[in-house]
Amino acid sequence: MENFWKFVLLSEFHVRYVVIGCTLISIGTSIVGVFVSLRKRALLGDVVSHAVLPGICLAFLWKEEKNPIWLGIGAFISGWLAIVCTDMIRRYSKLKEDASLAIVLSIFFGAGIMLLTMIQQSDNASQAGLDSFLFGKAASITSDDVKIFGGIALLIIITITLLYKHFQILCFDEMFAKAIGLPVKKMELLLSTLAVLAVVSGIQSVGVVLISGMLIIPYAAARFWTNRLSVLLLIAALIGSLSSIGGVYVSYTISRMPTGPWIIVIAFFFAFISFIFGTNKGKIVKLLQNWQYQRKILDENILKTFYQICEKSGGNISFCSVETILSKRAYSPLKLHNALQRLWKQGYIKPEKKCWKLTPEGYEKGKRIVKLHRLWEVYLMEHLKLNPEHVHNDAELIEHIITPELEKELEEKLRYPQYDPHQSPIPY
Amino acid sequence: MVNAFWIIIAGSLVAASCALPGCFLLLRRQSLVGDAISHAILPGIAIAYLFFGRNPWVIWISATCFGLFSTILMDWIHYKTKLQADTAIGVVFTFFFAIGIILVSFFAGNVDIDQECVLYGEIAYIPLENKWLGVPVSIWRQLILLVFIIAAISIFYKQFLITTFDEEFAKLSGFQTTVWHYALMGIVSLATVVSFEAVGAILVISFLVVPAAIAFLLAHRLISMLIISVIVSIIISFAGYWLAIAFNASIAGAMAVVSGISFIVIWMYEKIKKIN
Repeated sequence: MENFWKFVLLSEFHVRYVVIGCTLISIGTSIVGVFVSLRKRALLGDVVSHAVLPGICLAFLWKEEKNPIWLGIGAFISGWLAIVCTDMIRRYSKLKEDASLAIVLSIFFGAGIMLLTMIQQSDNASQAGLDSFLFGKAASITSDDVKIFGGIALLIIITITLLYKHFQILCFDEMFAKAIGLPVKKMELLLSTLAVLAVVSGIQSVGVVLISGMLIIPYAAARFWTNRLSVLLLIAALIGSLSSIGGVYVSYTISRMPTGPWIIVIAFFFAFISFIFGTNKGKIVKLLQNWQYQRKILDENILKTFYQICEKSGGNISFCSVETILSKRAYSPLKLHNALQRLWKQGYIKPEKKCWKLTPEGYEKGKRIVKLHRLWEVYLMEHLKLNPEHVHNDAELIEHIITPELEKELEEKLRYPQYDPHQSPIPY
Repeated sequence: MVNAFWIIIAGSLVAASCALPGCFLLLRRQSLVGDAISHAILPGIAIAYLFFGRNPWVIWISATCFGLFSTILMDWIHYKTKLQADTAIGVVFTFFFAIGIILVSFFAGNVDIDQECVLYGEIAYIPLENKWLGVPVSIWRQLILLVFIIAAISIFYKQFLITTFDEEFAKLSGFQTTVWHYALMGIVSLATVVSFEAVGAILVISFLVVPAAIAFLLAHRLISMLIISVIVSIIISFAGYWLAIAFNASIAGAMAVVSGISFIVIWMYEKIKKIN
């Protein structure tokens, strides 16, 4: 507990830098990740992150010191080259996107590993710790690093904010973006450059192997909460920074625990929670919607049955006992009981003499469902040339979905037919 | 010299076992699934090390299970949540790899697996192993695996071919496309596990994809593509070894570099041939 407060209050000088640094980095990567994923190039980050390794090693070999600025520049150049290479392979050979990504990733990373082992075999004393770029070493973030990587994150955020509208159009409608004369190619390049920048800033905290998760997972989690881009960005950034702080906290309190992998695991945990509880396409919301829809269908089917019974009796508003309904449709008695109570509350039916009676509203609603059912059957037969024997099941499904606008259109298109294919009258 | 011989043999065996399923992955446009599997087996390996020590067979089984499980999870996320396939891949493999690294660092003192061998593999130590009939034991294992993969692919050649090139047609003709999909993923996982021991988790992808890509540029039929990919992978491991010796660098890294160079050469050759 003492540790917890020490951590939350950022009372230790060193922890302060690590927390601030990781949070800034993850905000930058999450925001870029949203755009990259929306452009359906989610694994670009994976390629870039592996491909920065030779750049880092070459920069080190050249300068012979671990200056983050030089290493960053080296990483940036080789990451950027990797993107150019994937585009070249895709454009000038018959290999597809995935193969080009995998080839570039493996070759660049192999070269990086080769250089890294060469450096490690050499006698250069300052090379120690260079391999921490592979798995990240957030604990070693210093105030200088915070300035540099935070600066990169800030640059990303500013660029995205300034060009927000343009990127939005690019992500959701490329054709439209082209049509209104946006420089799509250049923007694509800018987005790739931002992705490289984000990866370069993030290798310090999570390492090259896991940084692609930092790009993708916050997006995947945020997707379950909203469809709006601005909210998506906010939530992704929030999830990214929360998981960063969580990862730093775990490695702060438990010895021998690496920061980067914990950041990823916590982010994945957030994604899982979002998948279950998310308000947009989350599991529970989906189940709830499904359940409501099933209930609506049940209610409408019962009203329809009432109407049909009434129709058979020749138009008198009829009484109907539970047994009659059960003899017509195979419901479980309990389910039917609940549904009848519900319909009563909504004012569609009312109890009378131990039976149920349709109210005028219920009559109208039942009539409409029956009408839609029969209209659809006519439509299927006349316009899709289906056999009258095959139209019933389809109509049984669609009758609950047709909107009033569609209803009007159907009526006009079919010119108010009198009878359906089974010779039952269509009520208007 | 004997050391070099065993290392090159091991490299060729591993590269060939990866190249064969790699061809199918490439044709199915799922190369990056191979990358994902090679990362996702790490927790399986760590858990096997933790509970059963250095028993290679247990490691194989547990890691293969994790590889298969990760592909099932990816497909499930893709279909259930409607996230794009590549997003699902990225989410799953980074998570698995993170778990693996956490396990490895948590038990770093207790088991002899560390981040070094995750990265570089142990191909350089193969000549130092116990020998059986004069051949290092891991070479025996790699040989068994290669024979198994070749047998599986030749016995079910028709099934793999048809589900790879025309999934719709395969479905209509009554092939269980899902079964063959996961059979392939199982083979990829197996190949990945064995190469993991030799070259580490991250460079497996170069063995899976690059020889297959070179063969794809040269061949016009699946059978010739498979054969070319095996030949290419043997040449790559041979040249890679000498490059590594020359620069005193990681053997696996050097093999990836050589495969990169050969890819560029073949690609240019193809381009020039087309122009003339």
